[in-house]
Amino acid sequence: MKHLDITKHEFVPKHIILSEKKKEEVLKEYKIKLKQLPRISISDPVIKILNAKIGDVIKIIRKSETAGESEYYRVVTRGEKV
Amino acid sequence: MSEELQTSYLDKIQLPKKMIEEIEKVRKEKKLNKSEKKKFEDEVKRQYLKAKFEPGEAVGIVTAQSVSEPATQMTMRTFHFAGTAGIRVAYGLPRLIEIFDAKKVTETPMMTIYLRKEFDNAKNVKKIAESIINKKVLNLIGKISLDLSENTIEIVIIDKKRVEMIVKSIKENFKNVLVKIKTNKIVVSPKVELGIKELQKLKEKVLQTHVYGIEGISNTLVRREGDEWILNTMGSNLEKVLLMNEVDEKRTITNDIHEVMKILGVEAARNIIMKEALKTLQEQGLDVDIRHIMLISDIMTLRGNIRSIGRYGVAGAKTSILTRAAFEETIKHLVKASVRKDVDNLEGIFENVMIGQVIPSGTGMFDLIAKFEEEEK
Repeated sequence: MKHLDITKHEFVPKHIILSEKKKEEVLKEYKIKLKQLPRISISDPVIKILNAKIGDVIKIIRKSETAGESEYYRVVTRGEKV
Repeated sequence: MSEELQTSYLDKIQLPKKMIEEIEKVRKEKKLNKSEKKKFEDEVKRQYLKAKFEPGEAVGIVTAQSVSEPATQMTMRTFHFAGTAGIRVAYGLPRLIEIFDAKKVTETPMMTIYLRKEFDNAKNVKKIAESIINKKVLNLIGKISLDLSENTIEIVIIDKKRVEMIVKSIKENFKNVLVKIKTNKIVVSPKVELGIKELQKLKEKVLQTHVYGIEGISNTLVRREGDEWILNTMGSNLEKVLLMNEVDEKRTITNDIHEVMKILGVEAARNIIMKEALKTLQEQGLDVDIRHIMLISDIMTLRGNIRSIGRYGVAGAKTSILTRAAFEETIKHLVKASVRKDVDNLEGIFENVMIGQVIPSGTGMFDLIAKFEEEEK
């Protein structure tokens, strides 16, 4: 059986873990606290591949129909049940 | 603003990638020099600022109206047949409700399978289409009967090529039975003596045994789009299909939002919500701007999982007690809040409308905070 790499899928945009310094810059730019960012669960398949920790900020580079490319940020959390 | 101030302000604006590309395209076409390009770019930036929503604009209301007005024109309770082979696909209003309510079970799950280049030909496509349909013992045999005197189950086979496969899968799934082949019959005999009831139960279990194919997929339809072959399936099992050698794992996708969320993550789920909602609206000839759908899918995936729009999702998770009470289940929310001694900080829109205060939206969103220097001396 072949190895499946979901990060290559066209529906999965690029996820990048931000360094502490960049993380502060992002929070400063948008003038928000960490918990105000959109979230991503630690059990998310892409996060498992990236090996991110709780509290890391993930930069997501989305393909956008209107802007061409757009940036989005999510903070890794424990995840919640619906 | 003086002109000098204005231009330096424009320098700080970051245009989206698409606009930068288009500016470059125009520059090449019109052969603009450096100062002309700068002038042009500044004008684009000015227009871009004008087109942007201002802080405090109630975009949610605009989205709600822009999506729900066209939705009133949608066909109710209808199904759509993809191709002549008849793969039934939910569409129209039921599908739109299904997407926004984030229903756990999709009514008509469907996959779109793309094949790798080396397998992309008519012969292979048919073979793959046949091989992924889930087949149980039930689908492959002619007759099944109980022999009570011998305490065995007899299975009559039509297609002799499949005999070994069936025998193998029964042997794998049941440990306490002996399986023999007699001319055109398979005889299953339990190792221990069983009563009639238990034998009947065993028969049902044998019938439901998986032989080959992919679980969950009940039918396939081969389609040609452009210059490649595409497989549509009824039923969905993204993980197993993506792991198949012949499948292009970069493009193959399902319409089941929760399955995408589980296997490809929350960002892919956002994309699939957008794609499916837009497709459902466009199928009906409704032209809804993609930005509205973007906002909805962003809100649905904000917390890292999929929340529905409604009582148990986005609306139920609002912080204000009064807003929740005004929406649905009034008594439940009010009682819960009073028992727990909750406080409503009146930060949202609805609760301020109820009380008759200025709503925190538009110009009402901003307060003036003055910093007085402490009087010395």
